[in-house]
Amino acid sequence: MALKGNLRDFTITQLLNLVNLACKTGTLVVEGPADVAKITFREGKLIYAQLDHLDNSLAGILRRSKKISSRQYSILSERAANMNDKELGILLINAGYLSQFDIIESLQQYFVGIVRQLFTWVEGVFHFEVNSLQPFDKIPVRMDLENLIIEGSRQLREWEQLQQEIPSLDMSLKFSDRPGINIRNVNLSVEEWRVVYYVNPKNTMRQIAKATKLNDLEIRRIVYSLLQAGLVEVIRPREQTVTTQPRAFPKTNKPEQKSLINRIIDRIRAI
Amino acid sequence: MQTVKIVVTGPFSSGKTEFIQSISEIDVVSTERKISLESEKIKNATTVAMDFGRITIDKELVLYMFGTPGQRRFDFMWEILSEGMLGFIVMVDSARPETFREARYILETFRAYAPTPYVVTANKQDLDDAWDLEDMRFALRLDPKIKLLPCVAHDKNSVKKILLELLYTILAEMEAK
Repeated sequence: MALKGNLRDFTITQLLNLVNLACKTGTLVVEGPADVAKITFREGKLIYAQLDHLDNSLAGILRRSKKISSRQYSILSERAANMNDKELGILLINAGYLSQFDIIESLQQYFVGIVRQLFTWVEGVFHFEVNSLQPFDKIPVRMDLENLIIEGSRQLREWEQLQQEIPSLDMSLKFSDRPGINIRNVNLSVEEWRVVYYVNPKNTMRQIAKATKLNDLEIRRIVYSLLQAGLVEVIRPREQTVTTQPRAFPKTNKPEQKSLINRIIDRIRAI
Repeated sequence: MQTVKIVVTGPFSSGKTEFIQSISEIDVVSTERKISLESEKIKNATTVAMDFGRITIDKELVLYMFGTPGQRRFDFMWEILSEGMLGFIVMVDSARPETFREARYILETFRAYAPTPYVVTANKQDLDDAWDLEDMRFALRLDPKIKLLPCVAHDKNSVKKILLELLYTILAEMEAK
């Protein structure tokens, strides 16, 4: 049976566990809302990973891991434009700029970083292309999955807890009515400030996440920290029309509503 | 005949069934089943669909009280029971802080279902290890405007007070609009 499905039903951690236990060889393709990730395994070991929107070239990876400077990156991009990653790697080692260890370490960090990023994806579809390996010109590594699986399990637990704390992203946020707290004096991260900027009873958390390009886990994580700090409160969106089914309760006639409630109050007092 | 409905919700074993039993004029129509999971065997039976109690207000009006199942695996019933409710009561076991997170989750879920008034009750306040109300308010992250009321669900007067407080809240919100 084809290994494909939805991240809502099958998490990245579960997929890694399956690949690890079954010693699978092939490429896991995960299509998230904003990007596509490709993770390649050989006999259950991680050998390669890429995100479509990132520069996955060796030069780009080395620059990101600060093994080369931005200037060196520009020069390499210009002068070694026709070289593939393997050729560029051999050139850098032979020229004495970097060691094989530097290159392998950078690649491992980069691939692990992509898998970690995948742990935050809760929306998306995946499929596993059996026996499909990384592009021939890319440098593979070989990494055990156990540590990543343990890390993913921890993150999964965090996700479950955050979902319990903030079950719906269709609610809004408002600043707490607590005089004396000046938000300017609070140390917030850049992401927290971006969320704070949109805190308004008119904006749902889902809208804020979209505007700040945060995924479900990231927005919940930030909102949770703001809630814990007592800076914001979760409220119903101001302009949301709620489809309640009134049944017998008169919704429009206020005096009638009051009379009804008062009748119930009188009766309960008399019990 | 006009009918109105109040929902009593809260975590597993918070005292919802007992609350309705204390005030209902009919024997509570209960859907209790024996507990199967060892981890949940702090009582013998639990509600799996709903509890149902009734108070006749007058010839033309009846108040129904619905108790929701406390275990998460029966939460598909929550939304069904919340339809058209006048308000809701969130029951929290004051002596089991490990259920506060669940209570918070249930409260948020019900708030998302309908913008109806609600009160939170700190049940089992007669127990020695019951938490203080202020500590509970902090732990449950309740806004100061939300009523957190002490309760002993097997005491009819205590239950009456809670129902009245919910009705006063409904009245106040009605007047504020």
